[in-house]
Amino acid sequence: MTKAKRNRLIYNMITYGLVIAAFIILQSMVDAKTITRSLKGQLVPICAWVVMAVSLNLVIGFSGELSLGHAGFMSVGAYTGTIVSGWMLNVFDVQDTTLRLVVAILAGGLMAGLAGTLIGIPVLRLRGDYLAIVTLAFGEIIRNLVNVLYVGIADGRLQASFLKKTLPSQAIMLVDGAKGAVKIKPISNFTMGFILVMITLIVVINLINSRTGRAIQATRDNRIAAESMGVSVIRYKMTAFVTASVLAGMAGALYGLNATTVVPTQFTFNQSINVLVFVVLGGLGNILGSVISAAFLTVLPELLREFSDLRMLLYAIVLILVMIFTNNPLIRDFIGRLFQSLRRRFSHGSQDETTGGETK
Amino acid sequence: MIFLDNLINGLSLGSIYAIIALGYTMVYGIAKMLNFAHGDVIMVGGYMAFCGLQYWGVPTVLSLVIAMAVCTVLGVTIEGLAYRPLRQAPGLAVLITAIGMSYLLQNLALMIWGANPKSFPTTFINGSSIRLGSLNISSATVYTILANVIIMVLLTLFTSRTRMGKAMRCVSQDRGAAQLMGINVNRTITVTFAIGSALAAIAGVLLCSSYPILQPTTGSMPGIKAFTAAVFGGIGSIPGAMLGGVLLGVIEIFGKAYISTELGDAIVFAVLIVVLLVRPTGLLGKAVREKV
Amino acid sequence: MKKVLALILALAMSLAVCSAFAEDTVTLRIAHIGPTTGAAALYGLATQHGAEVAAAEINAEGGKYRVELICEDDEHNVEKAINAYNAALDANAQMILGNTTSKPCEAAGAQGYMDRVFFLTPSASSTAVTEDKDNVYQICFSDPNQGAASAEYIASHNLGTRIAIIYNNADVYSTGIRDTFVEKAQEKGLTIVTESTFTDETTDFTVQVGEAKDAGAEIVFLPIYYTPASMILKTASDKGFSPIFFGVDGMDGILDVEGFDTSLAEGVMLLTPFVASSEDENVVKFVNSYKEAYNEIPIQFAADAYDGIYILVKAAEKAGITSEMAYDEVCDLMIAAIQEIEVDGLTGHMTWDSTGAVTKTPMAATIVDGKYVFED
Repeated sequence: MTKAKRNRLIYNMITYGLVIAAFIILQSMVDAKTITRSLKGQLVPICAWVVMAVSLNLVIGFSGELSLGHAGFMSVGAYTGTIVSGWMLNVFDVQDTTLRLVVAILAGGLMAGLAGTLIGIPVLRLRGDYLAIVTLAFGEIIRNLVNVLYVGIADGRLQASFLKKTLPSQAIMLVDGAKGAVKIKPISNFTMGFILVMITLIVVINLINSRTGRAIQATRDNRIAAESMGVSVIRYKMTAFVTASVLAGMAGALYGLNATTVVPTQFTFNQSINVLVFVVLGGLGNILGSVISAAFLTVLPELLREFSDLRMLLYAIVLILVMIFTNNPLIRDFIGRLFQSLRRRFSHGSQDETTGGETK
Repeated sequence: MIFLDNLINGLSLGSIYAIIALGYTMVYGIAKMLNFAHGDVIMVGGYMAFCGLQYWGVPTVLSLVIAMAVCTVLGVTIEGLAYRPLRQAPGLAVLITAIGMSYLLQNLALMIWGANPKSFPTTFINGSSIRLGSLNISSATVYTILANVIIMVLLTLFTSRTRMGKAMRCVSQDRGAAQLMGINVNRTITVTFAIGSALAAIAGVLLCSSYPILQPTTGSMPGIKAFTAAVFGGIGSIPGAMLGGVLLGVIEIFGKAYISTELGDAIVFAVLIVVLLVRPTGLLGKAVREKV
Repeated sequence: MKKVLALILALAMSLAVCSAFAEDTVTLRIAHIGPTTGAAALYGLATQHGAEVAAAEINAEGGKYRVELICEDDEHNVEKAINAYNAALDANAQMILGNTTSKPCEAAGAQGYMDRVFFLTPSASSTAVTEDKDNVYQICFSDPNQGAASAEYIASHNLGTRIAIIYNNADVYSTGIRDTFVEKAQEKGLTIVTESTFTDETTDFTVQVGEAKDAGAEIVFLPIYYTPASMILKTASDKGFSPIFFGVDGMDGILDVEGFDTSLAEGVMLLTPFVASSEDENVVKFVNSYKEAYNEIPIQFAADAYDGIYILVKAAEKAGITSEMAYDEVCDLMIAAIQEIEVDGLTGHMTWDSTGAVTKTPMAATIVDGKYVFED
């Protein structure tokens, strides 16, 4: 086993270990009822946002494509998940919530994956900022379309209409246009959220460390060189993009089934940007970084509640400062030198360094 | 007649998009960054003009000048404080900083001017309308289209005739080479931001004259649409931004009028995608040959 | 000597105060939840300010009940609404005045139904807010109510039969009113000549207004808030289109938008329970204190929340709520009490039944010379 390989393995084990430890601690706090309501209520959303961040990191950090429409896939998953769950409950009378949740999450992932494939085929031929704007456009189109979608159950079967509500008035509405998905029975729970986070980590980490993953990173680092080595750029980018959209769809289903209602305005462009911020602050290509920053930045605004109106202002300022401090060469050099001198003083020339956050 | 009416509305909306898109495209061309805060500079421009007209009682033209001055200072300050330290940083870091700046401006506006919407006062810009047969054209429409044409001409002259304009074109083509030729890159970028922000102030006043509601979020959606327009026309290209903006406005209005008001925005974005698939660098964008 | 005297005096005073508090004052911990930042901040701030004015009045009066207001921001977002709700309960709130907007209220109210928390919403008007739960009560009219009342008013006053509707199809409030309006209008023999929609991001209304004009509408029904309405009025005036514009309670506030040319709103009719320019003694008092505190003219949302605090206090009195009670204990007592009380507030005479919907009468107003004129 080479040193690099061993380091990577250790790093991955740390990632899994920390997530499992966090789950055990939080779950025991829930069981012991020592957790605040506020934090308890955020456990499922945190899991969903972690999955969103890790999956977006696959696209941006590893595949090197800037996607600004990730929330669109989440909304596809959320809507599909709530429809499937409502359908199973009302038509097939499935009372088992775990079964409903699992099927809903799978269905959400499937539909989002389908959307990802449809979008990916044309889009991945574009590059850089053009790709960014097209993913943004797709996110907005998806939001516009679900805004005029009506799905309900009438005469014992699932019916849908588009643009105009044509369903009979006695129908049980599952998705009611601008009102969003309504009367959802919340069935998401923290355990399922944790399982989904673990699945995401396993899928993403294994993908990155596989042959496909190396090809994906090669296309990011030097597309032309990779192409001339016979790597099919589009095929590998598709793999990353579709995997990310499947995961986002699953996160969406989990998120959607956590409250009684879901509205299209929850998945706007701004929400995509939020996930992007998680990824960038956590470090491009750094999986553990995405997990921590998504969890932390979801809780942070709640911790800042006391500052109420100044909250968003502070958030904006912190965001700008963090970006400048981590990216300005002068400041980074200074901090780097500081660390180096500290390291020299305390340890004697240990060269081991996890190289997670490095990007081009 | 309805067709003509819609066409004029589309041109008017498109002209506003075009002026905003110019700001995006110039900054992109020269600093190679997407300045997401541009839409919010428009909002600040609108508020400043509002303050001039409503609180300080100064004439319309002077209010516009105040708005332009404030926005220019604001744009240059943002560039100097937030973007300049990141000149060598990866594009994403700059993008996130710009997004942070956008949040910052919106929340500052919320603190300063409050959440209650303001109605932009009636001025000579939007005070009257012209009747042509059964057509009714608002004076704001006329001024907007006029302003668009004038700005277009002036900018073209500026970039092709003046020293500074030439410097801008050099920097946009190859920053390193420009620096080697003795062009002060930082100053050129600052001037670009100044011009872009002054244009944003004009766009803000025109936007608010046609659609007279001012809120801290006023600039966001027009900003995104104009950004789309800039990409549509080929980002980095000045005539492209013009063409993209106007076309986008017309498509939006026609889409709403003849297809569906619900799906107006979806249609705009769908057309954008189709265009980019056929011409991957936008309508007037130049394909850059890749060097190995 | 002086010091000792002062000390004794201070001690005696504090004792007196303490005993007065200990004996008969009850402090109600009410949480206001609404969007105080973000795109809907305008509504959340209005309700929060309205509630603050009422709480200050009640506390200054020094009666048996005191109000401790806990304010939480939901950003008009379903996820944040649940967070805000949990934060309020973490802060030991006993009941909730909120949420300000419909979708967040629907989500938080459902959570409150499971946890047994009493909700009184000032302004969340969709039926989904109260449906299937016994713990949520409204102060504002429900949307269907308004839609039906508007159609009835138009029909009974023979304002015209050719109606165009422009509504926000991304907004629950707007679509809710529109749906019942259309139903009732058909029943009353009115013709809907055209319907067009917009969303929260729309800034251009030329197409929508153009459609109404080309369809030859006599009345344009606007079941929307005053912000887009003011733009529609401007566009219509530019196009030389002057039908009767008929609005709903969200239209109130249009005259007080800073910089708005009130002549554009000349002749606009609306059904509303509250107008700030009313000469009613209580309204004048409220408007003055509100202006003093926040330097703004209150919109209807603020008046709803102001009434809300008084309603909660009155119901708490009826239910015999004490400072020590926890939210789940309070909930059922409040549910029983609110159905028994009658409140004369700024927004009219109100009673409630077990559905959670309020019963009150809307008033029709016409804007003449930049002022509301009421009809009977």
